Amino acid sequence: MPELSESQARAIMADFHDDPQRLIAILLDIQEASGANRVEKKSALLVSETLGVPLTRIYEILTFYSMFSLAPRGKYLVEACESAPCHFDGGETTLSHLADILGVSPGETTADGLFTLEKSACFGACGHGGAFKIGDEAYRGGSRNQIASVIRSYRENSPRLREGLAWLY
Amino acid sequence: MALLVSMVLEGAGETDPLSIKDYESLGGFAALRAAFALEPQAIIREITGAKLLGRGGAAYPAGKKWEQLLNIEGSPKYIVCNADEGEPGTFKDRRIMEAVPLRLLEGMIIAGLTFNSPRGFIYVRGEYRRLQRRLAEAIQILRDAGYLGERILGSPFSFEITTISGAGAYVCGENSALLNSAEGLAGRPRIKPPHLAEVGLFLKPTLVNNVESFANIPLVLTMGGEKFLQAGHPQSGGSKLVCLSGHVRAPGVYEVPLGGATLRDIIFSPQLGDGIRDGRELGFFHLGGQSGPLGGPADLDVPYAYYPLRERGLAVGSGAVVALDASVSPVEYLQKVAEFFSRESCGKCVPCREGNKILAKYLQKLQIPGAWTPEDERRLSDLMVAMRRASFCGLGQSATTALASAQKLFPGRFAGASAPAASEA
Repeated sequence: MPELSESQARAIMADFHDDPQRLIAILLDIQEASGANRVEKKSALLVSETLGVPLTRIYEILTFYSMFSLAPRGKYLVEACESAPCHFDGGETTLSHLADILGVSPGETTADGLFTLEKSACFGACGHGGAFKIGDEAYRGGSRNQIASVIRSYRENSPRLREGLAWLY
Repeated sequence: MALLVSMVLEGAGETDPLSIKDYESLGGFAALRAAFALEPQAIIREITGAKLLGRGGAAYPAGKKWEQLLNIEGSPKYIVCNADEGEPGTFKDRRIMEAVPLRLLEGMIIAGLTFNSPRGFIYVRGEYRRLQRRLAEAIQILRDAGYLGERILGSPFSFEITTISGAGAYVCGENSALLNSAEGLAGRPRIKPPHLAEVGLFLKPTLVNNVESFANIPLVLTMGGEKFLQAGHPQSGGSKLVCLSGHVRAPGVYEVPLGGATLRDIIFSPQLGDGIRDGRELGFFHLGGQSGPLGGPADLDVPYAYYPLRERGLAVGSGAVVALDASVSPVEYLQKVAEFFSRESCGKCVPCREGNKILAKYLQKLQIPGAWTPEDERRLSDLMVAMRRASFCGLGQSATTALASAQKLFPGRFAGASAPAASEA
């Protein structure tokens, strides 16, 4: 499991001038840099100490906001929208394609540690039903093959493979 | 009146979103330049005359909100843009931030000037991380060009804008929860009063407006309040960005003049939604987000504007229009809505936290043949009243809006579809 070094975490906090009011931004960046899409206890302790914020408040933030995770997740978070506009417009099909292609159920991580599949609330891609998101990028739902190509492009780290596949933002 | 207009989205898709030159060629920053010569009262008079209603969902008159802040003593005053766009079915703020970010920023700078504010903040939902970077880029470009930063355009006025990221919480769309989150706290709503105009961000007087509201400000000033009003409905000026999704042939963001299009135009016109896909019939539509009401085919000829819709028990809300074909069961749909609120309730108050969970269970029960009893009927009705009246913030108060409208729209389906008839009970 990759780990965030103490100096990396300190550099992230320094980017925000160790400002407790930027706690959420700091924790988001720490999570992103963790390599496992989570905030470890040792990072939480370090943030608490450096910013002078009680550890309980750090955990309040980490458990209140849905984008945070305490448990390790894959390098890429694959999120299928389950809010009503997507759900009734192909959302279930997208989710079952994703589960099938990745070989995991929602909440699980692929054996290679690359992808974690999650059901998500609306992320503003409703103009294309059954949308899904990989990391910061949103895609429209499509055929099993199209979705598989998008996944493959991440697995092989080859953005070229997803050219022409509807990328939303 | 044309069905579609190009006001807030003028230049979208045709110009480089980050080019000041492109934006200026469309009259960009003329409003800001004009604002320097105006007294704050004169700026607010135009906004009031324009009858610009808040575009985030609550439809509060922007002129009134600005007036209230102007009359409040205290400094500094902060300008906050609510870009937490989390209402399912809503994706128009994303379009503004992607395609015409400079118009949004110009609106915020004008607000800054009006209140002599030192700082503005754009709170962008965490899911729009790419857009946060784009906005930060746009802010830097404006700073380099002298539209932001120290002594803007050589005037004594200095103003900075910073982006702040959310981290996944629908409740942060509620303005007081948003401010808590912007301060680095959990995004739970605050008790009001005091209102945010008095005690807002960092306990200072604060203006919070939606992305689309801010992006309308330059238009109000360049057109003048009166012309802006004429471009819309007599009680609400200007245009509205409609987010059309669901089973229409052509989903997307469309800009319609308020009062200039009906719901039928929006869903069926070939220029907009182009009708329902796969040869199916329209079953119902959901307006303004999950917290908005449902309407049916009989409501299609209502003009799309705040007051005509309100008179009919409908609402513009965020601008979401989710059109569902007749194969979708309204009970099943409402269960999905209830699950959403149950997931997104912040947990601060009991009526919302527990109410939404129980509501989802009742909706499940409604789908089991023969399971529904008159006792359930009574309890559901009590629960809805309790949630609406006793919830702490708008989330819980409006979580039953869709269900209440559906009960009227489909009397047989919700007033105990599988319950014994009243005579047997």
